[in-house]
Amino acid sequence: MNAIFADVPLFPERASTTAYQVDALFFFLCAVCGGMAVLVAALLLYFSFKYRRRGEDDRTPRITGNHRLEWFWTIAPLFVFVVMFVWGAKIYTSVSEPPPDAMEIFVIGKQWMWKFQYPGGERAIENLYVPVDQPIKLTLASEDVIHDFFVPAFRTKIDVIPGRYVQIWFRPTKVGEYHLFCSQYCGTNHSQMIGKVFVVERDDFRKYLDGRKATGSLADQGWQLFLKFQCNTCHSSNAEARAPVLEGLANNMVTLNNGKKVRADDGYLRESILNPEEKVVQGWQPIMPTYKGQANEEDIIKLLAYIKSLKPGQTPSRNENSSPPLDAPRVPPKEKIEPGDRKPPYQPEGQNGKP
Amino acid sequence: MSTNRGLVAHHFEDIEQQRDVEAFGMWMFLATEILIFGAVFTAYTVYRLRYAADFEAASSKLNVLIGSINTIVLLTSSLTMVLAVHATRAGRPKMLMICLLLTIFFGLTFFGFKAVEYYEDYEEALVPGLRFDPGEWAERSPPANAGHVQLMLVFYYIMTGLHAVHMIVGIGLLTWLVYRARRGTLTPARYMAVEVVGLYWHFVDIVWIFLLPLLYLAGTHRASDLHF
Amino acid sequence: MSDAIVRGFVPQAKARPPRTPETHYLNVEYGVKSWLLTTDHKRIAILYLIAVTALFLLGGAAATMIRLNLMTPRGELLPADTYNKLFSAHGIIMVWFFLVPVVPTVLGNFILPMMVGARDLAFPKLNLISWYIFTIGGIITLWAILAGGVDTGWTFYTPFSTKAARTNVIPTIIGIFISGFSSILTGLNFIATLHRMRAPGMTWTRMPLFLWSSYATSVILLLATPVLAMALILVGVERAWGIGIFDPDLGGDPILFQHLFWFYSHPVVYVMVLPAMGIVSEIITCFSRKPIFGYIFVAWASVGIAVLGFLVWAHHMFVAGQSVYSAQVFSALSYLVAVPSAIKVFNWTATLYKGSISFETPMLFALGFIALFTMGGLTGLMLAALGVDMHVHDTYFIIAHFHFIMVGGTVMAYMAGLHYWWPKMTGRMYSDFLSKLSALIIFVGFILTFLPQFVLGYLGMPRRYHVYPPEFQILNVMSSAGASILAVGYLLPLIYLIWSLFAGKAAGPNPWGATGLEWQTPSPPPPHNFDETPVVTSGPYEYATEEITDVH
Ligand SMILES: [Cu+2]
Ligand SMILES: [Cu+2]
Repeated sequence: MNAIFADVPLFPERASTTAYQVDALFFFLCAVCGGMAVLVAALLLYFSFKYRRRGEDDRTPRITGNHRLEWFWTIAPLFVFVVMFVWGAKIYTSVSEPPPDAMEIFVIGKQWMWKFQYPGGERAIENLYVPVDQPIKLTLASEDVIHDFFVPAFRTKIDVIPGRYVQIWFRPTKVGEYHLFCSQYCGTNHSQMIGKVFVVERDDFRKYLDGRKATGSLADQGWQLFLKFQCNTCHSSNAEARAPVLEGLANNMVTLNNGKKVRADDGYLRESILNPEEKVVQGWQPIMPTYKGQANEEDIIKLLAYIKSLKPGQTPSRNENSSPPLDAPRVPPKEKIEPGDRKPPYQPEGQNGKP
Repeated sequence: MSTNRGLVAHHFEDIEQQRDVEAFGMWMFLATEILIFGAVFTAYTVYRLRYAADFEAASSKLNVLIGSINTIVLLTSSLTMVLAVHATRAGRPKMLMICLLLTIFFGLTFFGFKAVEYYEDYEEALVPGLRFDPGEWAERSPPANAGHVQLMLVFYYIMTGLHAVHMIVGIGLLTWLVYRARRGTLTPARYMAVEVVGLYWHFVDIVWIFLLPLLYLAGTHRASDLHF
Repeated sequence: MSDAIVRGFVPQAKARPPRTPETHYLNVEYGVKSWLLTTDHKRIAILYLIAVTALFLLGGAAATMIRLNLMTPRGELLPADTYNKLFSAHGIIMVWFFLVPVVPTVLGNFILPMMVGARDLAFPKLNLISWYIFTIGGIITLWAILAGGVDTGWTFYTPFSTKAARTNVIPTIIGIFISGFSSILTGLNFIATLHRMRAPGMTWTRMPLFLWSSYATSVILLLATPVLAMALILVGVERAWGIGIFDPDLGGDPILFQHLFWFYSHPVVYVMVLPAMGIVSEIITCFSRKPIFGYIFVAWASVGIAVLGFLVWAHHMFVAGQSVYSAQVFSALSYLVAVPSAIKVFNWTATLYKGSISFETPMLFALGFIALFTMGGLTGLMLAALGVDMHVHDTYFIIAHFHFIMVGGTVMAYMAGLHYWWPKMTGRMYSDFLSKLSALIIFVGFILTFLPQFVLGYLGMPRRYHVYPPEFQILNVMSSAGASILAVGYLLPLIYLIWSLFAGKAAGPNPWGATGLEWQTPSPPPPHNFDETPVVTSGPYEYATEEITDVH
């Protein structure tokens, strides 16, 4: 019997700082709730035995209650509950606020696989590599239905909801290989929408990334898309630009047409690509077409990385003057594109010419 | 009253209890109804606040003239319904019959107008999934988000559709009352059926009173919008 | 038992030797028509009993297939789609066609009018209509499930249910939608009956606790069901016309569906549990021959649960991108709703104190209820803690938790109630030995089935998984083994209860020596319950033989 149970885990591994916090609370809850369960069970058994019927003429007292006792067990649990609530809320709050030095990795869920994009442009499916002792911030999006990113060893999970970004962070503490599950039912192969999280030493992580052979960083790839979609037709540095310059936009406050101020965070940028007329910056016309159906979630993440990387003076000029983006050399966006040959502007396939 | 044994179902003590229970039951049912409409109203309000401008733009395309006329039609039908209850209690079968038929007539009038309105909505390409032109909304000034406009229109059809279903049930109940009135089984002693149907009918009217501002009056309308 | 003395309440002459009355509601008329057109609440209860039992067996069959499939980590037995359809069918049937209706429509329908001393429910015809609505809804749903099935789970989460699923979503929704109206009609009927039809002298505080909890249940049915109905309509519209309310492409919000869904589906947990609690209050007092400890607290706890139950729905959405602030509010409120349940458990336990406890079958089930429900409730406290819910949400921990509440709680109490009132319903006693044996088997089988699932859940096994990592196998096998024991426990009563109809001893009007009004009339009761309208002169649980009270 022992041999069978030797390999059977009864408690999940702990591989993140959150795991220790969650387990501490869990043990506390087990102790309190277990204690209550034992108390109730013991009383039930004791009374059942002590006051079992001995004969038909047993006499029973007419006890109809005791208000002091009842108020006691109405109020007393509340004090215990406050502890449980505050403790749980503290962990939950800390998990929703990533530390500033966190490394960002993008995760996309679709039926039935997980895709990862590292800031350096490396991509992976199924297996997520993260360096140990480094806070990791995940930004997650779904391309179809609701999924849920769940790593039991980290004790964290978050629903990945289509139409928005969600975030979660953790700090792996232990090198190893851990389960990644989709834990929100998402269709036929829900139970195979699984993967592994590999927590590795920093050096190994660097080696891993080198091995992925990225074709330019996420921002580079975003720059190529920026040209492919001809965003710089309007978002250009020229005087005749028809849309705001995107330099220094990310994560700053912008004033909208209706006078409201919003923060240009990932969610705002994403929405502005897919629903451009929704939140137009003050002083500009709502002329931008939607890129719904053209830019998928992966593309948007790249575009966002590019927009976030834009420093003053780096916006490319209008693309009538620029070389066709597809053949463009893979150079970082800092080098300005030379006004060159006058080939017709690139037309993306499957479009009716109107970007 | 308790001598009226024939009127009282076997499980009641007396006619008072029976009447009491019948009215009480209808009020309970209306509580359920409030929650039915409450759920849609809540969902609508969530989006109405989130996409105020687009919802207003969509609302301004709805036919506020027909909406208003239908409000008056329904309020009139409520009046005839009240009179029908009064007529039953007062023991005036002729007046009862006239009032019931008038109420049905106004209910049908409502549907006539509603049909014209739905047809117009179709003509004006306001039916998402069937006839709708997203481009038209994007070219407006200021442009409206076609997706949100469709959201509003879907709510418009669900809410007015749900109301229409209730109207159909109401007209069915009124027809049953007409049948009973003809057989002479609606008497001052047996007026509860009319009273209970009346409660229901008023409730359906009140729902419309909420629909009018929520759907039709959300947007701005110009005098030129007032047409058939 | 035969010479049991009826204590207190309405004084009655010494109990006659048990015999079945000449005419009663079962033999007053014969023929299929007399059943299908009956407006007698007792006969309608029997109609419901048959329908609900059949559906329970179907839902149980689905559960059996699920547990068989999970014996191996690769899920060789069933293809993934079939597995998904089976757990959806299990959830849909068990929630809407068993757990929600079972206690109100079977036991409530039979007992409630007698408990208030009425000749029938306020609206007997509506009661019959509600059975037809339920049956039609059930048939449509079953048809949808058998002819292709539905794979959304019982939760119908958007946008999966509206855009991705390729199965019979709309027919299933229609079936559930229709059956929802039977819930509403039942709730309406109960409220009207409790308000307007109580026997002379039965004040609110003289009502048996089963009536208080039925009242709270009915309020929930009346106010929550319509919201579900609307949410389902919206899903159907979106699915049918490809355009709708929850579609992110239009700017719609898939989470809004979850709000509407759980606004119904959390309170509905209490629709399942409240009447169960009512049953237990009746049985604990009867078999310990003592008045309930703290009547007012237990009664108002039912009302408190019904009210607070409407305010905690978003605790099912802690990891669904909720704001931290709203998660905290809903976590705190969830702790509040635990208080009334705790009160009830403590008060039942205190009722046993200094009692004269006999362990008849209903009492065994009721004690099992208290034990299992307490564990279910306590693990609920763990789930309400935001930090822990983050880890165990949507895992087998949740599955175990709500099966403790719904199977360990509701089904145990239903079995208790069925065994308690069976002699009243049929006039016959069932086998003492077999019924006690089945109580034991169910208790043991239940623990073995669901205790390992807590461990599985904390280990991280997600729910609705058709295949799973091999290291989870042993716990899954244990759970499946428990389930087979549980299945035996549930099939056994089917046999001896049916057997009792033909070979059972006559029960007599009051085999347990209980005080409720329903025991003041012959078993089976006459068509109109009481020959004379009973008059109530005291509280519901006047069991005590001593006037002296040592506490208080
Ligand atoms: Cu998934
Ligand atoms: Cu809940």
